[in-house]
Amino acid sequence: MSVWLVILGIVCHAVSGVPGLFVKRHSAAGQNIAAGLGLVGSVAGVAGALWSVWVPTLPTPAIKIDGISVMFLLPIFVIPALGGVYGLEYWKQADHPQNGRKLCFFYGLVTAALAAITIAANAIEFLVVWEIMALGAFFLITTEDEDPAVREAGWVYVVAAHMATLGLFALFALMHSVTGTFALVALPDNIASGVAAAIFLLAVVAFGLKAGVMPFHVWLPGAHAKAPSHVSAMMSGVLIKIGIYGLVRIGSLLPHPPLWWGGVLLAAGTISGILGVVFALGQHDLKRLLAYHSIENIGIIVMGLGLALMGRSLQRADWVVLGLAGALLHVWNHSLFKSLLFLGAGAVVHATHTLEIDDLGGLAKSMPRTALCFAVGAVAICGLPPLNGFVSELLIYLGLFRSLGIGAETPWAGVAFAAPALAMIGALAVACFVKAFGTVFLGVARSHHARHAHEPPPTMTGPMFALAGCCLFIGLAPLAVAPIMEQAVAAWDPQLAAGGPGLSALAPLGWVTVCGLALAGLLALGSAALAEMVHRGGTASAGTWDCGYAAPGPRVQYTSSSFAQMLVGLFAWVLRPRVETPGELSLFPGEARFRSEVPDIVLDGAMRPGFRFGARITSSFRFLQAGSVHAYLLYIVLFLILLLLWR
Amino acid sequence: MTHTLLHIVLLLGVPPLLPGVIGKTKAWFAGRNGPPVFQLYYDLAKLLRKGSVFSTTTTWVFRAGPVVGIATALLAGLLVPFGGQPAPISFAGDLILFAYLFGLGRFFTASAALDTGSSFEGMGAAREVTFACLAEPALFFGFLVLAKLSASLSLTTMLHVRFPSGWGVTGASLVLLAASLFIVLLVENSRIPFDDPNTHLELTMIHEVMVLDHGGPALGMILYGAALKLFVIGAVLLRVVAPVDAGNAWADAGIFVATMLALAVAIGVVESVMARFRLVFAPTFLVAACLLSAFSMILLLR
Repeated sequence: MSVWLVILGIVCHAVSGVPGLFVKRHSAAGQNIAAGLGLVGSVAGVAGALWSVWVPTLPTPAIKIDGISVMFLLPIFVIPALGGVYGLEYWKQADHPQNGRKLCFFYGLVTAALAAITIAANAIEFLVVWEIMALGAFFLITTEDEDPAVREAGWVYVVAAHMATLGLFALFALMHSVTGTFALVALPDNIASGVAAAIFLLAVVAFGLKAGVMPFHVWLPGAHAKAPSHVSAMMSGVLIKIGIYGLVRIGSLLPHPPLWWGGVLLAAGTISGILGVVFALGQHDLKRLLAYHSIENIGIIVMGLGLALMGRSLQRADWVVLGLAGALLHVWNHSLFKSLLFLGAGAVVHATHTLEIDDLGGLAKSMPRTALCFAVGAVAICGLPPLNGFVSELLIYLGLFRSLGIGAETPWAGVAFAAPALAMIGALAVACFVKAFGTVFLGVARSHHARHAHEPPPTMTGPMFALAGCCLFIGLAPLAVAPIMEQAVAAWDPQLAAGGPGLSALAPLGWVTVCGLALAGLLALGSAALAEMVHRGGTASAGTWDCGYAAPGPRVQYTSSSFAQMLVGLFAWVLRPRVETPGELSLFPGEARFRSEVPDIVLDGAMRPGFRFGARITSSFRFLQAGSVHAYLLYIVLFLILLLLWR
Repeated sequence: MTHTLLHIVLLLGVPPLLPGVIGKTKAWFAGRNGPPVFQLYYDLAKLLRKGSVFSTTTTWVFRAGPVVGIATALLAGLLVPFGGQPAPISFAGDLILFAYLFGLGRFFTASAALDTGSSFEGMGAAREVTFACLAEPALFFGFLVLAKLSASLSLTTMLHVRFPSGWGVTGASLVLLAASLFIVLLVENSRIPFDDPNTHLELTMIHEVMVLDHGGPALGMILYGAALKLFVIGAVLLRVVAPVDAGNAWADAGIFVATMLALAVAIGVVESVMARFRLVFAPTFLVAACLLSAFSMILLLR
């Protein structure tokens, strides 16, 4: 039954954009039907997924829903449905007659494909839906394909996506050579260690490309920045998580992982985490900044996953439980608060028509509801209590600290050095989100766009409040979602999970609730006290004092680049910021300009030159590709004969 | 029960004494009389009754800054053991909540500063969050050392470890840790050599400049919150440098307050004999603090 509900959900999403293709370009009917079908599909899908937590389903050759699938199915059904409702106003069909219908169609299709990937039980099915997802996302990113920058972002994405698919073909071919079947089943214990390592590394590269782990993140900032905001929310919230799903799934199928696998993931996660947030600090475009934060959070998730894999190598059930549960809960949390932030950024662009952080400011006055939601998302993404980001980071911290010989002695205390790195990621994230929230929503408007901002309608603020509510719920009552995580851990490594302590025994989830409520109580008390004292003392209002400066205008405010200047300077050795200063001023200075930007060094410094070099080498073989079908048929025949001879 | 009540009384009552003692020490060094040690209590009593002026630029975030600052410091204060007595709230992993509560406080203090739209306050906010990025890893390295020594993840037990093998084995490690924690204490509480709490000149602008526009009750709450933070982080450091247990709640409280005042004197001495760093050197010094606590950790792992 639960399987059918999930399938109903997938079908609803897959067809949600189809009716819209047959209605008039300017009619809102198609989009309304799509949003409605999306909601229906999501209710069915969420119900089915939750049902299967309590009543496990029997796997069939085509479909398998286990604890890991459920962990991913829930955000896949929740986020796009909310995004669809948001899109009703944000990407009104009447305002976008050329591309609105295309957007709706691929939006539903990608959602359906994402859900189908998590329940696919064999490799062929997996690859088919994977490719639908990968190509559909290309059309979503290039919604506004009349803009060259959008096309550019789309091309970078499609190249990265196809490299990932290529890796997956190799991965599944290797797995087939070992198991003799395309079904996604556990590999035999006697697998050669070289083959196992090759499978693992292929998975890291292919799924890392999708998830955006540094240095495979090159497609991510451009694609997230150029897509419509509810598409960015869906991509950052759930699409990149499918890469994590792949890593988790393949990780569960490989027997006896050697220690260095987990070490590789832990190191890659730490590097992604730190560099992601450092690159985010240098950005001026709100959505680009958020995109780099996705790289950071994927890094945190991969750290947890690495810890869990090391736990499996060392037979430490506590590492497995804390690392994997932390990683999977962070998948949820990130999909909630990052979609919330992208929808908030969408509301900003809807109201001001710009995403340039340094042109904004003072929006908390004109858009108080959006500002509140964005603040909730910002606090949550920094991992601060009492919101959800804190809970998942707490689990990963506990796992890292336990490597110090707490619970049982291990020779691998070096793992604990990831804890200070995670602390640094947290502090850098606070810096970055104070910058983003402060420059966009606080202070005074820096341009006339920002001065004339207005609050978006409830179809846009509603989904944001729903997401903010989820962030608060998981932050205050993590015990409520613990059973789902425990089941996912049990599906990942049944043996260790059955023998070891459970999640609620290892993590102080009850205390998180107590302390969260205590904090809320203290905040309420403090606010009431301040309000009372302010009321009793009497208030006056005036301009900002600013040390007595006579005419503080909007231009004297700290901007996003001045706010981040010290940190960007500290990390200049990796960021390579490009700064244009006015140079020497004469006695009567004229107009001067200051510009700073932080380009992506991996894309601009390594990938582009690398691909150019590759193109130069391969262009000498161009004569083979003459455009004649007969010639291509000949090549195929020759190749097949060659294969026959070789066998 | 007694010790819990005593803990709460100490947490609420003693913190404003610390700035007074620091001020008195500095006055003594400078050959002045200085304000009375209870000056901050008088200031608070006055400020909380005064009227407020709010800038027309500001929103709810501006008022949230002081409130969040106090609430987070109070909750953090309930997680730390004062002297030999256990903390009222203690669970495995409370050390992470402890560190992140100050992060929450920092988020809203810095946002409140940006809410005024003033360039000076933006400067202070930027510096505050920048220095924290380097202080936080140092603190976590310190936590790693304590967790390793005590084989526990709760502040109460971590800071109650009896150091079984004595200072002989762990001594070097603990000296490095104490030095690193002292630096963290100074930077987290914006003391010399990182920031000068007496001025808000542009060159020294960090904490003081973030609160330029707050006045009346809001300023009172900020001053009280800052004293609380100094007290709470100081309590962690004290358990490392002076792990004395009397075994009796009252005696422990007495020893705790006495050592805390000694710590305030020590901060006063540092402020009297040192000049403030040039701002560009502050990060270098913080990296040194990180390395100190990292070495302290490595010594234990050898």
